[in-house]
Amino acid sequence: MNDADSTLKIAGLRASVGGKPILNGVDLTIRPGEIHALMGPNGSGKSTLSNVLLGHPDYEVTGGSVEFRGRNLLELPTEERARLGVFLCFQYPVAIPGVTVAQFLKAAVDAVRGRGAVKAAAFLRELREGAKFLEIDDAFLNRALNDGFSGGEKKRMEILQMMMLRPSLLLLDETDSGLDIDALKVVSKGVNRLAGPATGMLVITHYERILTHIPPHFVHILVDGRIAKSGGPELVRELEARGYDWVREGAAAPPAAPGVAP
Amino acid sequence: MTDLPTDSRLIDDYKHGFVTPVDEDTVPPGLNDDIIRTISRKKGEPDWMLEFRRKAFRAWQRKSEPRWAHVSYPPIDYQAIRYYSAPKSLAYNNGELDPEVKKTFERLGIPLDERQRLEGVAVDAVFDSVSVATTHQKMLEEKGIIFCSFSEAVKKVPDLIRQYLGSVVPVGDNFFAALNSAVFTDGSFCYIPPGVKCPVELSTYFRINAAGTGQFERTLIVADRGSQVSYLEGCTAPMRDENQLHAAVVELVALEDAQIKYSTVQNWYPGDEQGRGGIYNFVTKRGHCRGARSKISWTQVEVGSAITWKYPGCVLEGDGSVGEFYSVAFTNRRMQADTGTKMIHIGRNTRSTIVSKGISAGESVNTYRGLVSVLPGAAGARNHSQCDSLLIGDRCSANTFPVVESENPAAILEHEATTSRISEDQLYYLQSRGIDPEAARSLIVNGFCRDVFKQLPLEFSVEAVKLLEIKMEGSIG
Repeated sequence: MNDADSTLKIAGLRASVGGKPILNGVDLTIRPGEIHALMGPNGSGKSTLSNVLLGHPDYEVTGGSVEFRGRNLLELPTEERARLGVFLCFQYPVAIPGVTVAQFLKAAVDAVRGRGAVKAAAFLRELREGAKFLEIDDAFLNRALNDGFSGGEKKRMEILQMMMLRPSLLLLDETDSGLDIDALKVVSKGVNRLAGPATGMLVITHYERILTHIPPHFVHILVDGRIAKSGGPELVRELEARGYDWVREGAAAPPAAPGVAP
Repeated sequence: MTDLPTDSRLIDDYKHGFVTPVDEDTVPPGLNDDIIRTISRKKGEPDWMLEFRRKAFRAWQRKSEPRWAHVSYPPIDYQAIRYYSAPKSLAYNNGELDPEVKKTFERLGIPLDERQRLEGVAVDAVFDSVSVATTHQKMLEEKGIIFCSFSEAVKKVPDLIRQYLGSVVPVGDNFFAALNSAVFTDGSFCYIPPGVKCPVELSTYFRINAAGTGQFERTLIVADRGSQVSYLEGCTAPMRDENQLHAAVVELVALEDAQIKYSTVQNWYPGDEQGRGGIYNFVTKRGHCRGARSKISWTQVEVGSAITWKYPGCVLEGDGSVGEFYSVAFTNRRMQADTGTKMIHIGRNTRSTIVSKGISAGESVNTYRGLVSVLPGAAGARNHSQCDSLLIGDRCSANTFPVVESENPAAILEHEATTSRISEDQLYYLQSRGIDPEAARSLIVNGFCRDVFKQLPLEFSVEAVKLLEIKMEGSIG
């Protein structure tokens, strides 16, 4: 597989939920090795974008295309998108009572990396190693997935899943929200271990904080379901200083091409 | 009727639906004093056994069929049923087993040959009305454990049978128990002597083969002081258009410090998608914790039968005795299950736990019915009940009818109940990790049943998970 195949190309993406338009033509290209940050005010459509990329049943795609590894993601069921290497770290991971972390992850690893590709013993070794790296107590591996986990524990569990599934496209949906500084460091450590020339990343966040741990190459600002502004890392500081209204005022102007400083 | 769920895979997957071509020795259909005498004579029973049957028959005649359960079915013609059927070529005592019968059990994964017998499980195989083979006899005898067919026990250890038969479920207990007591043909008997821990799982495999017959088996397990035993029960039947009646009675007796664990995987033929055929499973199961600190634990996985009417219970008489009930009941198509438990607290500091997981799919009806009763003398009694229902699709239903009666103000009784559906968000979450929707549903349902499955002996637990997966296939309405 060459690198061009793993480029995510979002073109003119429109989506609505319950008949209400949320995304109004999103264009975004993420090449392998690139880290993109997506910022924007509440309700601008950030989480919608990540869920549309994975195919959440509540969102209706009304236009555009999403290309990844030679396929139009929008035509694939969610599980096939995951098997192609797309991974979403959820903002609010759901609990699956009675299904242990280890049991769930074995099913997921078998599905994504191929049944029998990882033998039980190797799987357990990798799982324990991953847990240790993320400072997760081994006891968690035999607990029901996310059942009674704290916010921070859930986020670590998302990163552990990511490490086990080794995606080539990572979407982080406000992974930093509700994390204390130590947890944020651990989570970032996991993400940075995956980062490299083969992996594209989209970091969705409200805050500068996570971006100091996972420095982006490109920053985009989503306003009213469109990318209103794109730039380099300096955009983050500008945003901190001037707020979203500054972007909103300029939103009427045509957005700059991704990766091109304004 | 339009747009029925296309769950024909389930029927194809009822792998146990075949019929074995054997000549059967049967009695004419119908129930009367003569038939009872014939059954008793065929089995070469002593007079006291015949009297037990006749007393039960008289009790049955006075009773009427219970109608309080949340199930509906056309009237059963008890005079159209054949009450005895046995493979002809089987000699009751030392005869060679009919090769077809032997093959049947092999096909069901139950080799009866001593050379291929199951590791760590002693099996009593019941084919229609009679027990055809019991494995591991010698090793059990060395421990003083008696495990044999009921017919054999009546001859071998008549005193034990006379002492305990009907002592937990009296002949007139209820309509179906009375019927069973009158006509039961075989089953298993098990006695564990004082202080002995049974080294293997004991198991009975029930197979209905003949058409137009009912199966009425009787199981009696007696655990003497300080002994322990784990017992498994499995059941299957051929696919037939008619309904067949299965009315069993199981009695368990635990003396001081004894422990009995009784596990069932019930996979009788459930009928087709229009609700034709299938087994009526009307069963009375009761355990008596007679001695102090004794313990009886019921675990059941009910995935078959057209209608299930079954309430395995515990009478907690011994001080500090413990009763447990763990149940998974899965219904699909037009299946109807009305199942639950009764915990009767008599002794002081008696404890009981109830965990019931009902899963309904298709157009089925799944009901939990339970009674927790604390008598005045049961100071310090405790019960915890957890009854959860999971609905798959929108044409099925789930009901919970818990009854709690306490005559002792110091008793502590807790009841929790939930009803839920598999949420879109759970499915989406699992799919986002590459797991396809069918596997995801199965994972969620297995998670839902986990507290029950983990009570089963390991191999049985693996079986139960697989069985539920097969039953789930195509059940998404």
